[in-house]
Amino acid sequence: MTAEPSPQSPWQAATITRIVKRTPRVTSFWFQPSRPLAHLAGQHVDIRLTAPDGYQARRSYSIASAPEAGGGIELAIERLDDGEVSPFFHDVAAVGDEIELRGPLGGHFIWEESDGGPILLVGGGSGVVPLMAMLRHRTLRNNAVPVALVFSARVWEEVIFRDELIGLDDRRDGFDLVLTLTREPARRPSDYSRRVDARMMAQAIERLPKTPRLAYVCGSNAFVSAAADALIGAGVPAGLIRTERYGV
Amino acid sequence: MVTRGFFSGRRPPSDTDARIPPGQYLEQGFPVLSAGPTPRVRVEDWSFTLKQGPRPLKTWNWAEFNALPQSKMTRDIHCVTAWTKFNTPWQGVMIDDILADAGIEPPTAYTLALSFDGYSTNVPTKDLVTGKAMVALLYEGKPITPDHGGPARLLVPHLYFWKSAKWVNGLQFTERDEPGFWELRGYHIYGDPWREQRYSSDP
Repeated sequence: MTAEPSPQSPWQAATITRIVKRTPRVTSFWFQPSRPLAHLAGQHVDIRLTAPDGYQARRSYSIASAPEAGGGIELAIERLDDGEVSPFFHDVAAVGDEIELRGPLGGHFIWEESDGGPILLVGGGSGVVPLMAMLRHRTLRNNAVPVALVFSARVWEEVIFRDELIGLDDRRDGFDLVLTLTREPARRPSDYSRRVDARMMAQAIERLPKTPRLAYVCGSNAFVSAAADALIGAGVPAGLIRTERYGV
Repeated sequence: MVTRGFFSGRRPPSDTDARIPPGQYLEQGFPVLSAGPTPRVRVEDWSFTLKQGPRPLKTWNWAEFNALPQSKMTRDIHCVTAWTKFNTPWQGVMIDDILADAGIEPPTAYTLALSFDGYSTNVPTKDLVTGKAMVALLYEGKPITPDHGGPARLLVPHLYFWKSAKWVNGLQFTERDEPGFWELRGYHIYGDPWREQRYSSDP
């Protein structure tokens, strides 16, 4: 049943060119597709693994890299211990391996310059990945749209892209980073040490020059439900809130 | 293309193989996916309307709708994000019974399911009738929770599950096959899991 990719197939082989551990549970993999893959910030790709007997497993992963970044696409993959694809990446995959992928996919959870701003990004854990693509896109385009990112992680060492995010925050170019740690005290004066709530969202919105034009929320279902309710509690109209949920 | 070093995987037991569409895996939980916040629709505010184009044909409130004949469907469901869940037990009102109560035959070949949050999804009318689909009110014998689409969701179990619109508040019969929310955003116009019609580029 393992169909070799034909010219018409939406699947293509991509070569892993680089692997960087981001946090104890998240590792970034860069893929060089064999055909150009022009994505928008926030989109995802599907990955398909094939066993020798033809058994296939597929999963969707958000793209972390900006559309204009060279060097292939970056996926930041969280290890799920009971997973079947993420343990393969963490334990087996190596630079030079060929992996089948398909994409870019998704036409809703995306931010383009023409969408404007201000925008409010809210990420929980690996839910920050598509938001990172939006932030990187804004930075590489020298776009001045005001953005606030509220990023919830359990502990400081699980803040994915931490140095890069703090570096972007330090530029004071209209991007504001708000970290909230749910199992540790806050490390920076502007940060929090609790789960997201309406008051935190209201304070994040106050960092923007005016009310957000769009809000993007990504993470586990429980996180997204809580964060979307918190945004509504802070006065953001439901119709402006785009969500992407992972898992059960 | 065989993936180097990928052997194990979460193979389904061989006796269930035939029930799992290509590219899907068996899920025991019930994942939640949606494009926006979860609307909390109170049953006092709930209504369901059949429309032909812009013209309302009939509207039911919650009590009226619950008084329609109720049926049970236990089906395997298949989400485009690749999980399949077996034997999900639903209870609700078959589309056939909704049409019968309105005293109409399906007026057009295509339908848009509409939701309280502005979501829509298109389904050919023939995929909604003759016992194929319902507006579900109960899951596992209990009211459907808001995150799974309660108070009422469409159930079209033979298509990918984005077609089973959550928070459904109406069916609109259309002359043409008009793409809905996800169908306008890269997803397949029909969505048959057995033909793996996930994205618009799939045959």
